[in-house]
Amino acid sequence: MSSRTVPLYRAAHGRTGDKGNRSNISVIAWHPALWPTLVEQVSEARVAAQFAHRRPSRVMRYLLPNLGAMNFVLDDVLDGGVNDALNLDSHGKALAFLLLDLPITVPDALCEHLAGADDPHFLPTEPWRLA
Amino acid sequence: MPSATAPLRIGCAAGFSGDRTDAAGPVVDALVAAGGPSFLIFETLAERTLALAQLARRVDPDQGYEPLLDELLRPVLARCLANGIRIVSNFGAANPRGAARRIAALAAELGLAAPRIAVVEGDDIGAPAQRPLLRAALGASADLDGVMKSMVCANAYLGADAIADALIAGADVVVTGRVADPSLSVGPALAHFGWRRDDWDRLARATMAGHLLECGAQVTGGYYADPGYKDVDGLARVGYPIAEIDADGHCTITKPSGTGGRIDAHTVKEQLLYEVHDPAAYLTPDVVADLSDARVVELAPDRVRVEGVRGHPRPATLKVNVFCEQGWLAEGEISYAGPRAEARARLAADILRERLGALAPLRVDLLGVASILGDDGGRYLAMQPPGQARDVRLRVAAVHDDKAVAERLPREVTALYTCGPAGGGGVRTALRRRLSTRSCFVPREGAPARFAMTEPA
Repeated sequence: MSSRTVPLYRAAHGRTGDKGNRSNISVIAWHPALWPTLVEQVSEARVAAQFAHRRPSRVMRYLLPNLGAMNFVLDDVLDGGVNDALNLDSHGKALAFLLLDLPITVPDALCEHLAGADDPHFLPTEPWRLA
Repeated sequence: MPSATAPLRIGCAAGFSGDRTDAAGPVVDALVAAGGPSFLIFETLAERTLALAQLARRVDPDQGYEPLLDELLRPVLARCLANGIRIVSNFGAANPRGAARRIAALAAELGLAAPRIAVVEGDDIGAPAQRPLLRAALGASADLDGVMKSMVCANAYLGADAIADALIAGADVVVTGRVADPSLSVGPALAHFGWRRDDWDRLARATMAGHLLECGAQVTGGYYADPGYKDVDGLARVGYPIAEIDADGHCTITKPSGTGGRIDAHTVKEQLLYEVHDPAAYLTPDVVADLSDARVVELAPDRVRVEGVRGHPRPATLKVNVFCEQGWLAEGEISYAGPRAEARARLAADILRERLGALAPLRVDLLGVASILGDDGGRYLAMQPPGQARDVRLRVAAVHDDKAVAERLPREVTALYTCGPAGGGGVRTALRRRLSTRSCFVPREGAPARFAMTEPA
């Protein structure tokens, strides 16, 4: 069966929350049919790799099948948290969009459920890791 | 199954200190039009806000409550009191009694009968008598003496019980300091429905209703829009949320008609999981909420019902946030534009690194290249190959305990005007006290909550 590689944001949306030095990022399927693909491919290991430069001490994934959602909890990725980090975005509010840039492979039969259109700027590998 | 009893409506007109102050009008309009029992809440107390309020109170003992209290309440106070819409808010911050006095004065200015105003207290555990409790809770953390000496405030997250008791005693307005955000909604639900305080399933459902309300427009399309993927109309006049809570605690989220924004299954799911860690154990002072089997159901446009939330017994401890004044945060920015702008900005960063060795590690951002997703250690920026960006703003930041050392950063950034790369412009600098935070847990008995009805002015 043929498939396509697309950024995660075409299959799911999400939001970042923060408490202390811990970030949580929801990943919510745009359609229930996409949920198994997300569970299979958006693993703790891949998310940890996507945030490697933030040195997470632990990445946990919680599944919420009724919601077609998963919740990632990343420990120690906020350089101390909202009151201690030097980052402009000390809450890490933007981090959901780093996760949503993860490439995933979607079977052709499910592509009708993807959101948005083909993005000419999307590269199917993480560009900042090529250096 | 929906209960036959009329629902309780709770509208939320602020999701943080600094939120829009004109949100309450349409919410109150909708509550009045719906009739029936209703409450209005304002959530204005983020983690850091309370520490800033405490610092304000040190300067002026009458201050220390929400600075925008007047702007939030003045437009709606008369209509709320006239229509039996009771108000619950943590806008008391570091000075609930000061806020209560201001509300009483505001009511008098507006020519209203004196409202019954209750304050909820007990969250502030920073007093000398409670230092041993705090020391024990902070435990083996490094530099305990330094923490205690530089402490600005220590506040426990109280629950809904004292809010409910104040409402049962007849308060028209309940002013709190630090309480768990969802407790602002659980209190009214407890008072209205008369649930037992260990009715965990109902408490958990009301808690999640409160959780969906507590960030204001974040459930009604605010903080959601992403053009082409998640389009939201009318964010300039977004409607703030109203939860309809039934006798079993289940809620339906809606918003005032004619306002902007949107409520659908996706906006509700995003907010349901916001700041949640283990979804099977969302800890609050009132209950441990379990979202494992939660469902969201779209009933109609801008009407979404949440079902399937369960509850477990409340934790034996309360979370405490401790804030300390530790060090000085220095920041500076300068812009480069046109050909080779990125190369010139990178050169400016190298110059600052050499000049500011005493301030290492220096956080370096290149706005227009990489400034947000990176890390304080600079690993992410180092992974970005030098490019040809033509509009780049360099930002540097550092912290130092010694103000005199920290002050060198803004001076060195400013000196780039004459000593740095060509064409640098638009220098802005800032130097401010840094508030650092620690969290710990105290036994529930260590921070007993109580309410007091204030005397009419």
